[in-house]
Amino acid sequence: MDDIFGIPAPLLFGQLLLGLINGAFYAMLSLGLAVIFGLLNIVNMAHGAQFMMGAFAAWMLLAWFGIGYWWALIIAPIIVGITGIILEKLFISKLYKLDHLYGLLLTFGLALIIEGVFRNEFGSSGLPYRIPAELSGAWDLGFMFMPIYRGWVVIAALVLCLATWLIIEKTRLGAYLRAATERAELVQAFGVNVPRMVTLTYGFGVALAAVGGVLAAPIYSVNPQMGSNLIIVVFAVVVIGGMGSILGAILTGFALGVVEGLTKVFWPEASATVIFVIMAIVLVARPAGLFGRA
Amino acid sequence: MSVETTTSPGTTTGTGIGAIPAPAIQAEGAWGFSRAQLAALGVMLVFLAVAPFVLYPVFLMKLLCFALFACAFNLLIGYVGLLSFGHAAYFGMGGYLAGHAAKVWGLTPEISIIIGALTAGLLGAVAGWIAIRRQGIYFAMITLALAQMVYFFCVQAPFTGGEDGIQAIPRGKLFGVIPLDSDLTMYWLVAAIFLGGFLLIHRIIHSPYGMVLKSIKENEPRATSLGYRTDDYKLLAFILSATLAGVAGATKSLVFGIATLTDVHWSMSGEVVLMTLVGGLGTVFGPVIGAGVIVGMQNYLAEMGAWVTVIQGVIFVICVLAFRRGLVGELANWLKVKL
Amino acid sequence: MAIQRRTLLAAGTAAVAARSGFRSARAQAANTIRIGVLSDMSGPYRDTTGPGSVVLTQQAVQDFGSRGFNVEVLQADHQNKPDVGANIARQWFDQGVDVVVDLPTSSVALAVNNIAREKNKVHLNSGAATSDLTGTQCSPNTVHWTYDTYMLAKSTGAAIVKTGGDSWYFITADYAFGHALERDTGNFVRAQGGRVLGAARYPFPATTDFSAFLLQAQASRAKVLGMANASTDTVNTIKAAREFGLHRTMKLAALLMGVVDVKSLGLESGQGLLLTESFYWDLNPRTRALTERVRAKNENRPPAMVPAGCYGAVLHYLKAVAEMGVAQAKASGVDAVARMKALPCDDDAFGPGTIRADGRKLHPAFLFEVKAPAESRNPWDLYKLAATTPGEEVFRPLADGNCPLVRS
Repeated sequence: MDDIFGIPAPLLFGQLLLGLINGAFYAMLSLGLAVIFGLLNIVNMAHGAQFMMGAFAAWMLLAWFGIGYWWALIIAPIIVGITGIILEKLFISKLYKLDHLYGLLLTFGLALIIEGVFRNEFGSSGLPYRIPAELSGAWDLGFMFMPIYRGWVVIAALVLCLATWLIIEKTRLGAYLRAATERAELVQAFGVNVPRMVTLTYGFGVALAAVGGVLAAPIYSVNPQMGSNLIIVVFAVVVIGGMGSILGAILTGFALGVVEGLTKVFWPEASATVIFVIMAIVLVARPAGLFGRA
Repeated sequence: MSVETTTSPGTTTGTGIGAIPAPAIQAEGAWGFSRAQLAALGVMLVFLAVAPFVLYPVFLMKLLCFALFACAFNLLIGYVGLLSFGHAAYFGMGGYLAGHAAKVWGLTPEISIIIGALTAGLLGAVAGWIAIRRQGIYFAMITLALAQMVYFFCVQAPFTGGEDGIQAIPRGKLFGVIPLDSDLTMYWLVAAIFLGGFLLIHRIIHSPYGMVLKSIKENEPRATSLGYRTDDYKLLAFILSATLAGVAGATKSLVFGIATLTDVHWSMSGEVVLMTLVGGLGTVFGPVIGAGVIVGMQNYLAEMGAWVTVIQGVIFVICVLAFRRGLVGELANWLKVKL
Repeated sequence: MAIQRRTLLAAGTAAVAARSGFRSARAQAANTIRIGVLSDMSGPYRDTTGPGSVVLTQQAVQDFGSRGFNVEVLQADHQNKPDVGANIARQWFDQGVDVVVDLPTSSVALAVNNIAREKNKVHLNSGAATSDLTGTQCSPNTVHWTYDTYMLAKSTGAAIVKTGGDSWYFITADYAFGHALERDTGNFVRAQGGRVLGAARYPFPATTDFSAFLLQAQASRAKVLGMANASTDTVNTIKAAREFGLHRTMKLAALLMGVVDVKSLGLESGQGLLLTESFYWDLNPRTRALTERVRAKNENRPPAMVPAGCYGAVLHYLKAVAEMGVAQAKASGVDAVARMKALPCDDDAFGPGTIRADGRKLHPAFLFEVKAPAESRNPWDLYKLAATTPGEEVFRPLADGNCPLVRS
């Protein structure tokens, strides 16, 4: 096969595909962050820890109750989402009247607690979790072997992102949520229970992170640090995409995954920093982010 | 849900971060310090003079370096209202450059510290220029991301020694004549540096420049309408804060003889936020007390190892929910003075 | 359940630590040797070092028995932060602790190495990988037990080439440790007549997904995949390698991995993996006996390599102290270490061995292959022995280390 820029074409296409898969994780996590920020104005620094809790919940369901992957995809996010709701009711809701930075600090503290507790309980080396039998194996695409599980991750992420976007932009519930961001008292005057909606929205955003965790459990080591590595990159993604924009978060997530994948081919040592460099450039050229409204 | 979607924090009603309601009457002391602050300054000076004979000098030096770091950070959040979540980058790079200068170039300690400070200031200028474009949360996240870039650079750059860090940094001779190997002698130098930085910050705040900063924090559009180029003022504050953080980092690396990746890691950024929060955002003495509490906790709870992170998280949560004024802020509020 | 046992262990060690806490106002007993275990108790290396090192140190004290002096064991968490570790070490030394043990994380180890030299105490390192501890940073106060990057590289690299794995592709963590592993292993591969076809350096510690680099490895058609990284990164690389079917065409060689990591990986993913350790609980009757003595106190698992190293080092140190007398041992760390070098070593964990002039402890290194699930008869039966390299061969030659103690 021919070489493109000195890299064999099969390798390049393979890397693009892999970048898309990574992008799926970025998109899902930044979607959760964007939902929470867009509708609650809270920067959820605990998002990485909640991603990790999703993966651990999947492991616990399997190891302690024998409940497998497919059920875990539904049950784990519900469990973690409920913990998110508890956090919101107990702590986060107290901060709405204050500067948003306090929300950032609070969720940062919560993240430290969650990570620390999990590390004490489960140690730091990670727990095994297998790819479900139905999804193991690989397709021979000619230019690479594509593990079926990774294909599943992309599809699942796309479906979730699309569903979320549809709910928020196209349904009445979504309309209430969007209205509540702008004029909460007015919406409440119409009889909509705004505080409950806010709580459930936070729970939903957290559940999205948890689903990401369940999807990640079979392919990445399930350990307490798994979220904190990912979360700072996701923040950069959200800043680039524009914090208020749901669609922006999804598109930017996938796009940046691909960019990172390409960087891994041409200049692997820079693949960690490329997203931050892009963030710096976007900020200088377009401070509101690519899709954001300033 | 009535969420104030203000992107610039800080209004005169005190919902902004670090805003302390001013007491009705402030007794004026000297040099811009209120009388209460003068008293606190006196206590601090006595402590500085006596402590090395009672407590472990190396522990005290660590405390002073972090206190200066926290004061530098507080300059940004308390008086400009900008939460920088990546301040470790300036602290750590200051430390690396000072260590390199002292060990590889063989320069005297005061020159090494100056080099570290200048590097941090330069880095702060670049980062600040990018980050100032946004405010509030966006600003915080941008500073975090930029600090991550610095961290990755430090992991890979040969001169930082990667995981091992720069080891065996010599303390050298101050001005080429005074040997600093004795912990007590080094302590006096560190105490002098700390006091210098502390008073410099105080001077900055009470200068005409500082007045403009305060007005920007309270109501930026009004300051702009008065003709001030607010971005320039904010950028300068950022650079000053970064430079002083660099001084703190440079001094620390000379005290311990090591500069490592821990100093540029995001958890270090989180720690300085915690110190300032615990002590009291926007107060003069808050960061000092906060640094004392957190550094002390780290050292004395080291035997409880596993729980230190959790305890720090709990302190964060408690401070944000119920204790926003911090130790010094609560004390000041109770005594109805400005500290 | 694991939780309760861990709590018991924590309570037990807390009780020991509380009784022997360095802040307690006990009059310094001149007849007491005080040992401080300085390790990572709460971070990423907690499971491979940490509390296990404390347990094994206490076991060494117990096995040594009573020979006319008391021994006290303290512990602290350096949190992988050099300044915290340096501070604790300094305070300990100033308050009468005679020897620090373990010290994983090279940056902390090197910092404490200097402090031990400055204060003329003893530094018994089991946890750090850097071969600089017996090279440019060697010290008359330091003994480096267990392993280092050179040993890992030589055992894994050379032994695998001998079995036919003569073309290698590396996946390397892009920092000093990863580079050192890649460089040293590559040298041994080439020395045995093999070839290094390429390397993909990925940013550390930011990478969780290795698929891109694995694809490049696959494209190189090398016979062996050398993973120049550690713990979580290695686990992620291996999981991904299996997913992409790499294990069918390449042998996977982990350059730094231990029983605990293999357990967390699971035999399903880990089978066939090649790695080097200098201790394995099921190696011989002596290691099995030690494991039985210790298992119940060690969260019901067998000792890992680094804690076993603490056991051997502390036991040998106590023997030296018994010979020279407590007063002289406490007075000079240099003398204590010199005596340790003069005495031949022998313990249940590592068997017979010696300590060289540069502080390097010599013992054989073992190349293990991870068993398939069907071959494993109990939860910790993870390895089969593939090759052994004797101590004199597997560590860097004395002359090559640039150690100042040796050159004179």
